[in-house]
Amino acid sequence: MSATQWEMVVGLEVHVQTKTRTKAFCACSTNFGDPPNQNTCPVCLALPGALPVLSARAVELAVRAAFALGCTVHPRSVFARKNYFYPDLPKGYQISQAEFPVATGGHVTLPDGSAIGITRLHMEEDAGKSIHDRFVGMTAIDLNRSGVPLIEIVGEPEIRSAAQAGSYLRALREILLFAGVSDCSMEEGSLRVDANVSARPMGEVELRNRTEIKNLNSFSNVERALELEFARHVATYEAGGEIHQQTMLFDALKGEVRAARSKEGSHDYRYFPEPDLPPLVLDAAWLEVQRAAVPELPAARRARFRSTFALGEKEADALTAEVGTAAYFDAVATASGDGKAAANWVLGEVLAAINADGGAIEHFSIPPKRLAALIALVKEGQVSSTAAKSLFGTMRTDHANPQAIAERDGLLQVGDDAALIGWIDEVIAELPDEAARFAAGEKKLQGVLVGAVMKKSKGRADPKKVNQLLASRTGA
Amino acid sequence: MSAHLLDQGAAAIAAAVREGRATATQLFAESSARRMATHAGAESLNAILWPATEPPEAAVPGGALAGVPVALKDNFATRVLPTSCGSKILEGWVSPYESTAMRKLRESGAVLIGKTNMDEFAMGSSTENSAYGVSRNPLDRSRAPGGSSGGSAAAVAAGIVPIALGSETGGSVRQPAAFCGVVGVKPTYGRVSRFGLVAFASSLDCVAPFGRTVDDAALALEVISGHDPLDATSADVPVPPMRVGPGSLDGIVIGVPREYFPDSLDPAVKAHCDRALDALRAQGATVRDVSLPHTEYAIPAYYIVAPAECSANLARFDGVRYGMRIEGDGVRALYEATRARGFGPEVTRRILLGTYALSAGYYDAYYRKAQDVRRLIAQDFTRVFASGVHAIFTPTAPTTAFQIGAISDPYEMYMSDIFTVTANLAGIPGMSLPIGRVNGLPVGGQLLASHFAEPMMFRVAYALEEALGQEAHR
Repeated sequence: MSATQWEMVVGLEVHVQTKTRTKAFCACSTNFGDPPNQNTCPVCLALPGALPVLSARAVELAVRAAFALGCTVHPRSVFARKNYFYPDLPKGYQISQAEFPVATGGHVTLPDGSAIGITRLHMEEDAGKSIHDRFVGMTAIDLNRSGVPLIEIVGEPEIRSAAQAGSYLRALREILLFAGVSDCSMEEGSLRVDANVSARPMGEVELRNRTEIKNLNSFSNVERALELEFARHVATYEAGGEIHQQTMLFDALKGEVRAARSKEGSHDYRYFPEPDLPPLVLDAAWLEVQRAAVPELPAARRARFRSTFALGEKEADALTAEVGTAAYFDAVATASGDGKAAANWVLGEVLAAINADGGAIEHFSIPPKRLAALIALVKEGQVSSTAAKSLFGTMRTDHANPQAIAERDGLLQVGDDAALIGWIDEVIAELPDEAARFAAGEKKLQGVLVGAVMKKSKGRADPKKVNQLLASRTGA
Repeated sequence: MSAHLLDQGAAAIAAAVREGRATATQLFAESSARRMATHAGAESLNAILWPATEPPEAAVPGGALAGVPVALKDNFATRVLPTSCGSKILEGWVSPYESTAMRKLRESGAVLIGKTNMDEFAMGSSTENSAYGVSRNPLDRSRAPGGSSGGSAAAVAAGIVPIALGSETGGSVRQPAAFCGVVGVKPTYGRVSRFGLVAFASSLDCVAPFGRTVDDAALALEVISGHDPLDATSADVPVPPMRVGPGSLDGIVIGVPREYFPDSLDPAVKAHCDRALDALRAQGATVRDVSLPHTEYAIPAYYIVAPAECSANLARFDGVRYGMRIEGDGVRALYEATRARGFGPEVTRRILLGTYALSAGYYDAYYRKAQDVRRLIAQDFTRVFASGVHAIFTPTAPTTAFQIGAISDPYEMYMSDIFTVTANLAGIPGMSLPIGRVNGLPVGGQLLASHFAEPMMFRVAYALEEALGQEAHR
């Protein structure tokens, strides 16, 4: 039995579509799901004579991503042509960056505290899409994606397990989402992962030959594919075989990793500086503005939620799971000054309402300020928590302020002694037996009597005061 | 034969149209008649490949080129006529969009009368590499008009148009201008938008006008110059007046680089250069010997950089979206058949050269080295212009127009750009104007100036043209 312990070594290359309205080098829309070839022009169709012009917004988002990942952003970077023939690559080259990328360095911190280094971050453009299953015996080409801006984030080969790869990807995705760089949707192709994997005996320093797995369409598939490919490497080595550098494809349906056609991965891309675009020169002052414009990232936000709003770890995690939720909570907590109550509302009623309706929290019908006003009404004792829930329901369609709704609908809590005594006396009259037993010391009947008062008041009676008054009215 | 309005300068023609003394339609008819007269029989000029047959649409009234017939090299995207680039691979292709240069001409009132013949994808120095047959030199139809913009040069020399556009990558306007006895101007890189000019070598390509006279060329350049948001390499600088007119050259220093007057230079060409320098002196200029020591490396550097860029620029001609498609078994076979059949031998040669130069392991030795040489050549010019030289004078080409078919060795053909290619590598403006004739064949004199110093270049050119007068055509 072999005693060798094998170590997995993984480096991930992540392509992310930045959230621009127009393509990287022309004014065509980046809208997803439009009819094929609708969003095209001479530039992204690569008609003879057409020239690329760089989108300022694409640069801004790439730089923001770089700052969010702690990269060094270079004041001068150079676009390059990556040459290869493919029917969905209309120019016969992809505009990318090679020798001088816009950013290098940086890292992603994982929840367990480990950090995975980032080698480089560069800008490039997407190719179109080849559709092989639409027409019999033919390939259809959709160039709507052609020229869509991407950033490629090349990670250091510092990942040591499939689970860590998943953790890295989730952390990276979260950072890019919070930074507002990308939608990071694998379904829509705005986040794509290529995984480089190799195996080596534990303790060996040299890296062995790696294989690159493509066609990974979910984080869990990345993890599955890495396990499978790592196992293949190990089995090959243990059988005395060799691993050759090659491109593999993951087949999610069959659950297998297989070699791509041998031509793949053996390209000589003949990179050279793109003569149609001058070097990208970024002004130092502009860079500082961009650095400052990076929104608060998820880790920092979680920490602030815990310290400022005295939230538990679970609550803080749940509130930062999505950018929109975090922003909504932040606004409610800040406006109401009550983080605990804000957290309860957001994680409870608000998310339940959004899940039920299927909308986005950014468009939720109760804006944070009004929810904060509702929280204030509860805190001031103006409405009971029961009434508040009903008020919340009304507020989803009625955009008046909660105070006004409560008044109109008679939901304001009644603390006025005369009114309370009136209801209490009515209850004593209606339930004389229970009242007498309560007065005689049967304390458990308090709930029945208070409940009856609350019912009579339609939930408006201040339960604390009812408790106090009940004793004196029954003579307990 | 009384001189027709079409034989006058473009400015005079436009003035006549603006003032109602002539119409764009009349000028179009005269231009068409001249084209037909010169494009018949075995000795056809074959300068205009795709003539416009429709009379012009209502020309823009009041424009600087109102009603002026113009011809464009067949590598400018135009909506109305084919854009074949002299290649089979684009045969019959009509662009759905318009080049910026064409738009500016149109908006100034110019009337497109046809697209002109060229070496395939602008690769060549004789127009013999066109898939649509060689063009002939109007001054001697057994000779080449030069190239690659030979069709445009011939159209101007034959009097069909006063102004035509060509494009330059290594001298493709100045050399045919010299061979045909007209004026050809290569502006500063970035002065004129390349949008819609089918790329050969993007870092060298320039839109470049021909004119029958210096003033025609200056007027054309004024019209087409200016920053274009559609071309990231177009310079965001103001366009100064180019039509500075003739005047004294007092205080102007003309540099004469010894590297451009090698012992092998045709003595008759040399004699015309000396006469031109005397004429410049007579106008008040000081003539000074200068040195541009890296000149000898220009052709080798050019034939790395230009093919490298062309190997990528021409990748889009793959038979997938437009132009020729030869079906094969699978997409690779489609590419191979289409490109093998669609491109001619010179284009194929340069794509292969460029692909090789960019290949893994060769990049540093070839492409990077060539870019280093390019910087040194640019520095040569910078140093000379910084030393007080206002313009440089050289011969445009080492010879006069050669016989069609006389040069079969590609390397020998490449050497005909030896005096022009440096300006493209350095990005500076240059122009060729007629300075005399040898055995009836025109000799061109070249003027070079520093970046964006076209007004200075034109100042010298106007003065030289005026000083030489009819001697320029003798």
